[in-house]
Amino acid sequence: MTAEAMVPVPYRVAGRVVETADSVTVRLEPVGEPVPEARLGQFMMLYAPGIGEVAISVSGPGPMHTIRAVGAVSRALHDLTPGRVVGVRGPYGTSWDVEDAAGHDVVIVAGGAGLCPLRPVLTAVLADRVRYRRLVVVAGARTPAEFLFPHELAAWARRHDVEVLRTVDRPAEGWTGPVGFVTEPLSALELDPAATRAFLCGPEPMMRACAEILLAKEVPAAAIRVSLERAMKCGIGLCGHCQLGPLLVCRDGPVVDYTVAGPLLAVKEL
Amino acid sequence: MTSDGTVTIDLAGLGGLVDALIRDGYRVIGPTVRDDAIVLAELDSAEQLPAGWGVTTGPGRYRLRRREDRAVFGHSAGPQGWKRYLHPPRRKLLEATADGRFTAGEPDRTRYAFLGVRGCDLAAIAVLDRVLGGGAHPDGSYRRRRAELFVVAANCTEPGEVCFCASMGTGPAAGPGYDLALTERIDGDGHRFIVDVGSPDGARLLAQVGTQPARGAEVRAAREAVAAAADRMGRVMPAVDLPSVIRESRESPLWEEVASRCLTCANCTMVCPTCFCTTTEDVTDLSGEHAERHQRWASCFELDFSYVHGGSVRTSGASRYRQWFSHKLGTWHEQFGMSGCVGCGRCIAWCPAGIDITEEAAKLAGGCS
Repeated sequence: MTAEAMVPVPYRVAGRVVETADSVTVRLEPVGEPVPEARLGQFMMLYAPGIGEVAISVSGPGPMHTIRAVGAVSRALHDLTPGRVVGVRGPYGTSWDVEDAAGHDVVIVAGGAGLCPLRPVLTAVLADRVRYRRLVVVAGARTPAEFLFPHELAAWARRHDVEVLRTVDRPAEGWTGPVGFVTEPLSALELDPAATRAFLCGPEPMMRACAEILLAKEVPAAAIRVSLERAMKCGIGLCGHCQLGPLLVCRDGPVVDYTVAGPLLAVKEL
Repeated sequence: MTSDGTVTIDLAGLGGLVDALIRDGYRVIGPTVRDDAIVLAELDSAEQLPAGWGVTTGPGRYRLRRREDRAVFGHSAGPQGWKRYLHPPRRKLLEATADGRFTAGEPDRTRYAFLGVRGCDLAAIAVLDRVLGGGAHPDGSYRRRRAELFVVAANCTEPGEVCFCASMGTGPAAGPGYDLALTERIDGDGHRFIVDVGSPDGARLLAQVGTQPARGAEVRAAREAVAAAADRMGRVMPAVDLPSVIRESRESPLWEEVASRCLTCANCTMVCPTCFCTTTEDVTDLSGEHAERHQRWASCFELDFSYVHGGSVRTSGASRYRQWFSHKLGTWHEQFGMSGCVGCGRCIAWCPAGIDITEEAAKLAGGCS
């Protein structure tokens, strides 16, 4: 690739689904040449013309991206209506090794928007359900109204071959489920540690706390994968923003196993 | 010519070399005196080289001084590295229209010839080659400039007070990667340069310049002068496994101590010949029909460098100094298989607080042993 590695290709917003008060899922379609299809857990650099570019994980095929409006660029992307054009570069980064989980129990733990890069994992496991053993999804949100993909979560929960455990930080009227962090239902799980593969995504303190619980249950660090988040300007290892110790998160992550992530996440302000 | 093909050129020959490079279509960049410093600039002739100027450096200190001779390369590193030409401080990445056409910025077709590149700085170019040109998604703009580059190296016989290239293995002799390498000699036989040829391009250029065969004795003397410079460096990086020392020192109190002096001004990163970090800037015209995206140098000392929604990861000065130091001397090895430090000493001279990377490394190494 060349200097043009930093030049996005145009995609049109083909569909837009409101998820929560500040999040939408957009489905993009190429205006011209498409970018390659993303592997599970990879991200794209999405460019809102004239405003800026951010790294957003792929939350579904198309590709789909679930965007929470938290800053100027994500607000602009969030507000895009069908027909509008965005720039796309990617896909970049490492991916969830779902193949390695075949024949194992799969534990997915997602905090808030952490469910976005994990949704393709769930889809992949469910598409080939017989190759996997137990499937557990622990999902947390600040309030019941802030669950992403609420209809899918409900549909998964109705299946007999998926255990869906939802918990909220703050309940609201009508919420009958548990209140608390994802660590609580995770702690209560009886696991077969040698046969477990865990996929974690959410705020770093959440991933660290969940990994500690899994390690205490004797799940090996190498069987725990986390998806990291750092500032990124280029997405391809050239700009230096996403460094975390020895990692360039855009190049060596975002998905890394806990043997690598553990010692790094333990250091403040690394 | 000696048996190894070494020749000499005199000052007129050096002038001829600059003229030949310009004739060949190169923009010749070399040292010259400006603003009380030796800076890099485009040269129209060898006359603009800093003849008779040396420098005195120290922690937080850089001063020009008059030399007793007319040496043109008798000065150690100035504030600028050559990276500003290969990896410019600001460049346009793309233009965008409101209807969604994204076009790459016009590529820079300039052919640069660098005159007087030290061993440390040649090593720095090799570092940038790996970082910007050697990954899965190389920077095409860098690669274009680099592919066209002509390098005239200067073997160093006059290291400065903040130099430590010998302990980094990057000097004082210029390593591989040059087209021509000069060793400046001023003695009873006059002012001349022993020339080593490093490439067919170098040989082609040299053929356009008046040369004299070098005598075996003067070549030996020149080599000895360069080798002897290794013992006259003002600084030394401790000979320990720095990546391990740094890895073990992530929670060291040293970082807080340095932070009490560090102004997080980013000078060290701006003068560093290998620091490559950039950020992007988006601008639009008033109509909103046309947008541009630019890349500019950035620094891990900036508070918003590590900004993720919600705040910066590295809010304290201590964590930002640790990031810079640990990257340069430690994690660079894991990321790129080499050190990010070439021992030029610029970060020591241009630190307004006089923080010395070799001194901090020694404290860290001492604390761990």
